[in-house]
Amino acid sequence: MAGEVVAGADALVVDEKDHVATALKDIQAGDTIHYRSKDQLVTVVALDPIPFGHKVALVDMEEGTHVMKYGEVIGRATIKIERGRHVHVHNVEGIRGRGDQSQGA
Amino acid sequence: MDFIKGYHRANGEYGIRNHLLVIPTVICANQVCNRISQTVPGTVSIPHQHGCSQIGADKVRTFETLAGTGKNPNVGAVIIVSLGCEVIDPHELAKDIGTTGKPVEVIDIQEVGGSVKAIQKGIEIAKRLRAELDQQPIVNMPISELRIGVKCGGSDATSGMASNPALGVASDILIEKGGTVVISETTEIIGAEHVMAARCSSKEVADKLYHFIERFEVEINRMGADMRGGNPSPGNIAGGLSTIEEKSLGCISKCGTSPLVGAFEYAEAIPGKGLYFMDSPGNDIECVSGMAASGVHLVCFTTGRGTPTGAAVIPVIKITGNERVFKSMNDNLDVDVSAMLAGTLGLNEAGESIWQEIVEVADGKETKAEILGHQEFSINRIGPTL
Repeated sequence: MAGEVVAGADALVVDEKDHVATALKDIQAGDTIHYRSKDQLVTVVALDPIPFGHKVALVDMEEGTHVMKYGEVIGRATIKIERGRHVHVHNVEGIRGRGDQSQGA
Repeated sequence: MDFIKGYHRANGEYGIRNHLLVIPTVICANQVCNRISQTVPGTVSIPHQHGCSQIGADKVRTFETLAGTGKNPNVGAVIIVSLGCEVIDPHELAKDIGTTGKPVEVIDIQEVGGSVKAIQKGIEIAKRLRAELDQQPIVNMPISELRIGVKCGGSDATSGMASNPALGVASDILIEKGGTVVISETTEIIGAEHVMAARCSSKEVADKLYHFIERFEVEINRMGADMRGGNPSPGNIAGGLSTIEEKSLGCISKCGTSPLVGAFEYAEAIPGKGLYFMDSPGNDIECVSGMAASGVHLVCFTTGRGTPTGAAVIPVIKITGNERVFKSMNDNLDVDVSAMLAGTLGLNEAGESIWQEIVEVADGKETKAEILGHQEFSINRIGPTL
């Protein structure tokens, strides 16, 4: 499922529908991140520190946006997320397995 | 045809190891079992917390996990140690394991007169059975008879990007050679079930998969709890995984691309060849123990955070896509595919390296978990204690 990594890339995009890329190294705020999208080499400037294995937003997302990775929905944006922001539990929440939101909870 | 070294069992199955297994029917028999296995080399024990004050489906689950572990083809002979008053009947268990044709003996602690006598009797039996097993010839086992479990634990973002897809390539190789792969972890296909369901060979298989997931989600809703914090776990979150959906989508690639031909309950015997799904929690030890009870010969276990996990009757091969963890936990990890993330190791090449390790371990090479004596065992529980 995962796309193969191009040597020297800073982040990996798995599917062309994805809203996020996964950092392949620790990235500082202000760093330029290089990644491959649809065979193009693209850059995005990090607005936050992005630790190795964490995600960076590739597009601006409104609150409530269904965030895509692997070409599938991985959760919902809980606030507006700008391109270049760190995408993690502070701004994305899972939609599934949420007994806390079930009736009677 | 490809062959590996194996042991031919009376029921026609092949084992890749030749364990003498000591099974406590109940927690009260754990210490006696441990003393027997510690005294006689080449003997393993599976201490657990269950076997009494259990009823209904919960009691059945304990029985089937113990029976399945005894029936695993890597086990050549079994000693069952009972206290004598528990709900798991040792003679029923012996009869069930005995259907495989392997030697099974029962010791009753109350009947023989206490721990010391039970340990003495167990040591005598263990020495005799071990000597018999050591005489057993090593034969050629067709690789098409090999059954592996695929599991991930202590996941981080590298699991979904590197180690799981690479393991998926190895899964496809085994299926192509006529073998069997079991994927599990119902809680960790939540959010990715539509992708798995699309690969099912029939509507019945897809329906069963959805049934397993619904059963889990209903239970989570009944508890009124948010899965987050439990799954993804704190370690998963630190490793970059934000939601259960993200974790699940990264998990499923470890079983490759073959059609899913069946789904079965925890610890149930694998019904045939090809790719199967077993209902289980994501919990590492409960899942691997259930897979061993279902009859897999070994488990391939990917991890991004690192884990020492082993299992009592099967080898567990540990694979990581995290270079830092491969170095820092080298004692525990067998295969490193982290070069995939530097772009210097291709997906197929990484999958081939995992396949090579599977063949070598099936052929007798010890895993790191085996060398260190990791023999974790845990039975999944579904009911209240009486």
